[in-house]
Amino acid sequence: MLAVSDLHVSYGAINALSGVTFRIPKGAIVTLIGGNGAGKTTTLRTISGLLRPKRGTVTFKDEGISNLPAHAIVSRGLCHVPEGRMVFSNLSVEENLAMGAYLQRDRARIAETRAYVFSVFPRLQERLRQVAGTLSGGEQQMLAIGRALMGNPSFLMLDEPSLGIAPRLIATIFEKIVEINRSHGITILLVEQNANLALEVSSYAYVLETGRVVMEGPSDQLKHDPQLRATYLGG
Amino acid sequence: MSEFLQQLLNGISLGAIYALIALGYTMVYGVLRFINFAHSDVFMVGAFVGYYLGRLLPEHTVLGGITVLVGAMIACALLGMTIERLAYRPLRGAPTLNVLITAIGVSLLLEYTGQLVFGATPRTFPAIFPVAQFEVGGLVISSNQLMVIGVSLVLMVVLQLIVFRTRIGTAMRAVSLNPNAARLVGVNNDVVISFTFGLGSALAAAGGILYAINYPSIDPLMGVMPGLKAFVAAILGGIGNIPGAALGGLLLGTVETFVSGSQFSTYKDAIAFGILIIILLFRPAGLLGKFTVEKV
Repeated sequence: MLAVSDLHVSYGAINALSGVTFRIPKGAIVTLIGGNGAGKTTTLRTISGLLRPKRGTVTFKDEGISNLPAHAIVSRGLCHVPEGRMVFSNLSVEENLAMGAYLQRDRARIAETRAYVFSVFPRLQERLRQVAGTLSGGEQQMLAIGRALMGNPSFLMLDEPSLGIAPRLIATIFEKIVEINRSHGITILLVEQNANLALEVSSYAYVLETGRVVMEGPSDQLKHDPQLRATYLGG
Repeated sequence: MSEFLQQLLNGISLGAIYALIALGYTMVYGVLRFINFAHSDVFMVGAFVGYYLGRLLPEHTVLGGITVLVGAMIACALLGMTIERLAYRPLRGAPTLNVLITAIGVSLLLEYTGQLVFGATPRTFPAIFPVAQFEVGGLVISSNQLMVIGVSLVLMVVLQLIVFRTRIGTAMRAVSLNPNAARLVGVNNDVVISFTFGLGSALAAAGGILYAINYPSIDPLMGVMPGLKAFVAAILGGIGNIPGAALGGLLLGTVETFVSGSQFSTYKDAIAFGILIIILLFRPAGLLGKFTVEKV
């Protein structure tokens, strides 16, 4: 469904990605793991059109998208839940969700999607009128995911959904991610520093190190890989 | 007492004009985080468009006056969008200082093109609206003052509705809060920024017409002082904050009028700006602004 091929991205003179290649089949949950500065966030930002690659291609549903502006990529059903959640802090939960449906025209469909988002995250319905900036970290993460779902994506990219969230809520969020994938067949690319968690919910994993894919394989195999365990899974 | 009310009325009608201009500064700052110094010259162009349109139409009619007002607003909306497209959009992603210098360049370009095209000699603005004066309990109210207050009020309500009730208005707020997050939900930020310039410039044009109705001598440098005051008003209210700009404008206009009416009238600008400095010493983010630390 998504294929990234030989992606090179740099910030000025600094190379963030030097030839990243991976593919994600339809309906899967695939994870990208790696330490700080490995290029995980850069990869997602390039796929969603926030950054331009210096070289390489991104193909989504058999169409090259690496030169499209971000809004055109969203309109093709590829939504990105950014690192740090980036909810619109001064807007209410309701307005944030409405912004998620910015490109949707069909009112009945929007209402339907909203009902679905509430069924996944009932908390959002309770907090509908509340200003997003006053939500807890976990609730903001739910809102960020809910907002992305409002765009009716067929492909969802999640950047560090566990970051800065109460441990009690992390499990809930990950259950919901699996639920979104199973019930709606939304393909998911998950970026995580918490490799244990990421390997638990995904079927396939790529390991990034300084802008390159250094290892890949089915998640339940990688979980037992001694080298990976030593580096990312705490032994 | 009637003296006080009289000055208050004069102050509010002057402040309403500052407020209209200040809204443009603050909205553009909201979406692009820079001060569009060419804004005060769009105000001037608005007055000149009104001048030429007004000479084509019969004077002293409500319909003619409204036509001039709307015509100038449309012309300046297009001008503002063109300026953004040609001068600022190519600098997207460049350091703010570069954009700021460009804005000063655009400002000078408009001022001196104005001198070339309209001539440097002041022109007399036509009386486009019917004029009347009323006396209410010792208070002299001119129809022009009511016009200024009425038109400003209507425009501010319309602006409020656009910003808080429409799709594009919500997108404006979203872009202003977090441009990248807005792009990730599918907002074309260029369209929103262009719309913001159009909206702000239309309000500046309305300000230009209303100003010219009350001070009917117009010239290509007429925007400089009101523009500076409106900029100050926007800062005073909290830059980026729409109600703040309106409040700042009204406050500055009122203070200026009261000082003009006192024995210190020579120092009216000094006192108005002095008040600004004092307020900013105590509230660095402006009256309605929130002091925010830039996060990484």
